[in-house]
Formats: sequence, C-alpha cells, structure tokens
Amino acid sequence: MPTVEDYVARIEGTCGAEKDIIVIFKYDKKEEAIANILKKAQLKNTIAGIIFELTYLDVSFRVYSSGKAIFRSIKSKEALNNILAALLL
Amino acid sequence: MHENAREKIAQFIRAKEPAEIVFVRGTTEAINLVAYSWGLRNLKKGDEVLVSLMEHHSNIVPWEILSKMNGFTIKYAQVNNDGTLNYADFESKFSSKTKIACLSHVSNVSGVVNDIKRIAKVAHEHDALMLVDGAQSVPHMAVDVKDLDMDFLAFSGHKMLGPTGIGALYGKKELLEKMAPFQGGGEMIKEVSFSQAKERCDISWNDPPWKFEAGTPNICGGIALMEAIKYLEKISMAEVLKHEKQLAEYAVKRMHECSKVTLHGPADLSLRCGIIPFSVEGLSSHDVALFFDNYGIMIRSGFHCAQPLHQVFKLQSSARASFYIYNTREEIDRFAEVLKEIEQA
Repeated sequence: MPTVEDYVARIEGTCGAEKDIIVIFKYDKKEEAIANILKKAQLKNTIAGIIFELTYLDVSFRVYSSGKAIFRSIKSKEALNNILAALLL
Repeated sequence: MHENAREKIAQFIRAKEPAEIVFVRGTTEAINLVAYSWGLRNLKKGDEVLVSLMEHHSNIVPWEILSKMNGFTIKYAQVNNDGTLNYADFESKFSSKTKIACLSHVSNVSGVVNDIKRIAKVAHEHDALMLVDGAQSVPHMAVDVKDLDMDFLAFSGHKMLGPTGIGALYGKKELLEKMAPFQGGGEMIKEVSFSQAKERCDISWNDPPWKFEAGTPNICGGIALMEAIKYLEKISMAEVLKHEKQLAEYAVKRMHECSKVTLHGPADLSLRCGIIPFSVEGLSSHDVALFFDNYGIMIRSGFHCAQPLHQVFKLQSSARASFYIYNTREEIDRFAEVLKEIEQA
C-alpha cells in the first residue's frame, strides 16, 4: 500500500507573514503525485501550464510543475496529512 | 596556512593586524560573540543599545536575548518608507546611555548602503562602540575598517565565494584584549593548572584572537575563504561593485517594463547595491519564487530574516533578486522574460 511518505520528500513552512506550507514531492514521484492531485482536486486556473490553482474540500492550494505545492490556511499538521493522503493515494 | 588565511582576511578589510581577525562560523556567530563576550559584561540596566529596524534578525535577536538577561534597553532607529536609514532618527537616539550602535553596512533586503562612517563618528562622540553587520558589504565592495572607524565588523565566507561554516569577526585589538572568552576549551587558554590547595584549576586566557577560538578550528574553511578572497582581489572589489551596480541598473530598467511588478527600496540606485526586492500583483512571493524555479532561476522569497523591515514596507513578504560577479546581462534578460510571463499569466 502506498503512503504519503512515498510521494513527499519534505514539508516546510514558508518564511513570511502568510504562514503557508510548502510540500516538496520526491523527484522521481513528482509527475505521478501531480497527476493524482489533478485527478482529484478541482482545477480553478492554470498559469502557463506551470502553476495549477486548485481546491479540495474548501482548501485552496497551488501545485507547481517543478514538483512543489503551496497550501494555504491549513490549520494543523494532521489536517495537511489528511488532505495529502486524500489527494495522493 | 590557517594563519596565512587570517593575514589575508586582515589585509582584505584593511585591519591593522591579523590578531584583529577572529575566525567564526559566520556573521551570526560573530555578532553573538560580541553580544556575549563584550555585552554580557559591559551592558547593564540603564544602558542602551541602538539598532536599526532594517537589521537582519541576527543583529536583533542576540541583543534582545541579552537585554532580557541584563536588563538594558534596546532603541530601534526608524527606516524611511523607501528602505533608507532615517539618519536623523538614528542620530537623535544616541545619548550618554548608548553603549553600542549596531547597523548593517548593506541591507540584505533592499540593498541600501548605509553611511557607516557617519554613524561611527556619532557613536564615538558618545563613547559608544560601532558594530557593523558586513554580510552584504564585504563580498560586494572594498571595505576599510580603519577608514570607516568601526569597532566590530562581522561577515560570512559563503556570501563571497567561500564555503559555509566560516566567517570572520574583526575587532579593534584593544577591545578584543579586554573582552572575555566566548567559549571554553582548547586553544583559547595559555595555561590550565590544578591547584591542590584550592582544589580548582587556575586558568589564564590565550591572547586574542585565539582567546575566542575554542576547539579545533575550521582550518579547511579558513583556507578556502583565503582563496576566495584572492580570487576576488584578482578581479578587484571596485570591479565587483561596478558589475553588480550595472546589472542592478539594467534589471530595474527591465523590471519597470512590467506593470504588475512593484519594486521596493529607494528609486535612486546610487543608494543601493545589487539587491532588488519586488512584489507581483496578485501573487505571493513564494508563488513568484516557485514560478522562477521552474525556469532554473533562483530568487529568494519571504522575510529574508528581516521581518521588522517588512513591517516598515507593509509587506507580508517579498521576492528578492540579487546579483553577483557570475551573473550576466543575458541572465537578466531571461529573468525579465519570465517575470513578464508571470504577470501576464
């Protein structure tokens, strides 16, 4: 059974007042991770095929084709893990 | 070779002698060394430390920590809306209570170059010391510690083609001689002799700079920093600065072509180095940085460890483009193309 850890290399808080969270996908899994996310989340907008603006269960986030995602307004680590599990697995 | 490196660093910043150079891990450790070795013993309740609001956290936090321990007051000098230092405010905050003024030579956010000589003169008129954060100036311009009359100068190797984990603290010899050690261990002592009568060890300190260098030094780092300095000297620091200023001027011109891009910092480019903070309408600085990342262009996003300055700018965070000797006009053209793509997206 795949796990969130199979896809995620690192999770970091952004520096700045925004307090966003950056999820960095494993290099060899980033395309699969992005494909999984795009299948499940609602696409709001795409910017030059590089940035995908998405929502999932009222959580808005952006995925970058370089293999990173920025989540906004996530209240806890547990909430982030839950949404990553729902999107990736 | 390690001591040759010390000599080279001393020559590079025009120190009187190599003994005025203490090897440290970087700028942060250098400032902490001054705070703990000098500040812990010389700052007390009723004293004042003067700091500007444009400082990197490493020139704020050590003083805040120490202030809670010793009870002295920190006075923060204002920064103008364009990121330049409010000299009138800084100078007006000096008093007979001021013991040290702490100021960055160049802001790591706005690239603003501060007039250290002017502030050092006022500091010395008030019998206060002058500590300069040179992390963003020593790598980019000729710095003469004697001419600028600074008492302490802190800088890092990794910002000037050297490796991480090495940097230097310059301190006037007469000050270093009076200061207590920063850490205890080998190398920083002359003698440790056990007294049977007292059942204790009598310790005498080594001379500066070794008094401040406990433990096995970062020999490789010191030598690598020396080689980096030799490389920069071959180019000449005047050429390094000229190149960066030309790139910054060109970058600002190209960035002005983008209507959704706001540049922060003074419009007068003669007041700043090759650092350009900016924002793109509708995007967070992290979005901007990640967009550039897709094109292999690295910029920095966030507070850049200078949150108080972002409060002055009324910004949640900022994106920052910065240049060094290895950057080219062609790279700036590519940067501008991607920036246009971001704002049109």
